[in-house]
Amino acid sequence: MAYPKEFKYTKTHEYIKVDGKEGVVGLTNYAQHELGDIVFVELPPVGKEFKQNDVFAVVESVKAVSDCYAPAGGKVIKVNEKLVEDPSLVNKDPHGEGWIMVIELTNPKDLDNLMDVAAYEKFESEAGSHH
Amino acid sequence: MDNLDNLKKTPNYDMHVKYGGKIVDFGGWALSVQFSGILEEHKTVREKVGLFDVSHMGEVTVVGEQALPFLQKLVSRDLSTMVDGQIYYTHMLYPNGGTVDDLMVTRYGPNDYYLVINASNTAKDVEWMQKVAKEFPKVKVTDISADTAELALQGPKAEPTLQKLTRVDLSKLKYYHAVRGVEVAGIPNCIISRTGYTGEDGFEIFTDPRNANKLWEAIMDAGREFGIKPIGLGARDTLRFEASMPLYGQELDENTSPLEAGLGRFVDVDKPTPFIGQEALKKQVAEGLPKKLVGFEMIDRGIPRHNYRVAKNGKEIGYVTTGSYSPTLDKNIGNAFVPPSEAKVGNEIEIIVRDKPLKARIIKTPFYKRKK
Repeated sequence: MAYPKEFKYTKTHEYIKVDGKEGVVGLTNYAQHELGDIVFVELPPVGKEFKQNDVFAVVESVKAVSDCYAPAGGKVIKVNEKLVEDPSLVNKDPHGEGWIMVIELTNPKDLDNLMDVAAYEKFESEAGSHH
Repeated sequence: MDNLDNLKKTPNYDMHVKYGGKIVDFGGWALSVQFSGILEEHKTVREKVGLFDVSHMGEVTVVGEQALPFLQKLVSRDLSTMVDGQIYYTHMLYPNGGTVDDLMVTRYGPNDYYLVINASNTAKDVEWMQKVAKEFPKVKVTDISADTAELALQGPKAEPTLQKLTRVDLSKLKYYHAVRGVEVAGIPNCIISRTGYTGEDGFEIFTDPRNANKLWEAIMDAGREFGIKPIGLGARDTLRFEASMPLYGQELDENTSPLEAGLGRFVDVDKPTPFIGQEALKKQVAEGLPKKLVGFEMIDRGIPRHNYRVAKNGKEIGYVTTGSYSPTLDKNIGNAFVPPSEAKVGNEIEIIVRDKPLKARIIKTPFYKRKK
């Protein structure tokens, strides 16, 4: 799966797709692959505010509980309710249908700390996996 | 990330690599947690057939004139009723009634027994057995784990798969019975037991480690028409958990007797020949169990996990031993220890998940039972 050019990426394998003052946040393909079958997503409440790197959601695979870290500070304006009934969307389409939340950015300078697609692709390939 | 260099490898390690297993550190062993995915592997075993590398398990032979008296002292079940080829599931206990390990004992003859023990407890168990054996000069206890490979073939299509590879008439091999010295896939001197850790019909096959890969490939080949898949440890756990089979370290440990874990039907508390831990069990029967294992389902949204606290009306009453999403039942379920007074089907309890009490309800077990 190719990584979208317009996304920005964290070292903990979250992405943010910025559109003006808003950003769509989710987990990268690397994250969903490492997690395995996802069976539960704990979504943040709409209206909650996070700083960059705060835990904004918990994603559970069959075997493990994983924290998701906010790529940038913001206020939650929308969450993906489809993930309640079908958490596997995060596995099937992490960069699209598997999005987790939309935030209103409170500090756009946070984005400067993130990797662009080239940097993330390099980072991700070095992280590797046991296959 | 797991450092694989210092891990023990089973004789089938190359198969894990060849079949694309996600290899992890499992108690010091390099084993696959999954191949194609836990949910898919789980479904495959329930509906078709799956193959597991379980060579990390321990095997011990017990032979000699005093084999039975030794074993009768060692385990809490009465083995005197066993017939040749039969397998009993049983427990070795500490004097305080806590569990050393749960194990399978096969009787091949009155002086000839074959034990299968947990991988994580092999060294501890063998040391314990050797200590007890000191009292019995006419028994020989031998750890043959390093010289034994074991594969498990489980699922509704396990019998037709294995039948293609052996002249043993599997339709006549009863559940919890074994045959040894048989040929499988052209490999001589194998053991086939009709046992498993999934709740499905199936077999466990034991052979020399030098033949392990040949056996694996032969089984994968024979099972292809039935949709066979290699199965990892992740699905092994969800399968046994749905079938309400205990895992040492979770439902059983050195502070838990088999009675507390709901396994009393495998225990002969009043066995006429004394066994280690018998007095402690008799006391539990007389005075009541300190805790009792229950099965529960979640009412609120959330997944219970090992060691999460259990509460009732805000007061902590116990803990979760195993909890997970159940693929077959498509809901979140768990096992927990609670005081016997709370251990009633229908009783509503709270599971503390990330500091929040979530509602749950005690239900009947086993969670899953295969259709006959």
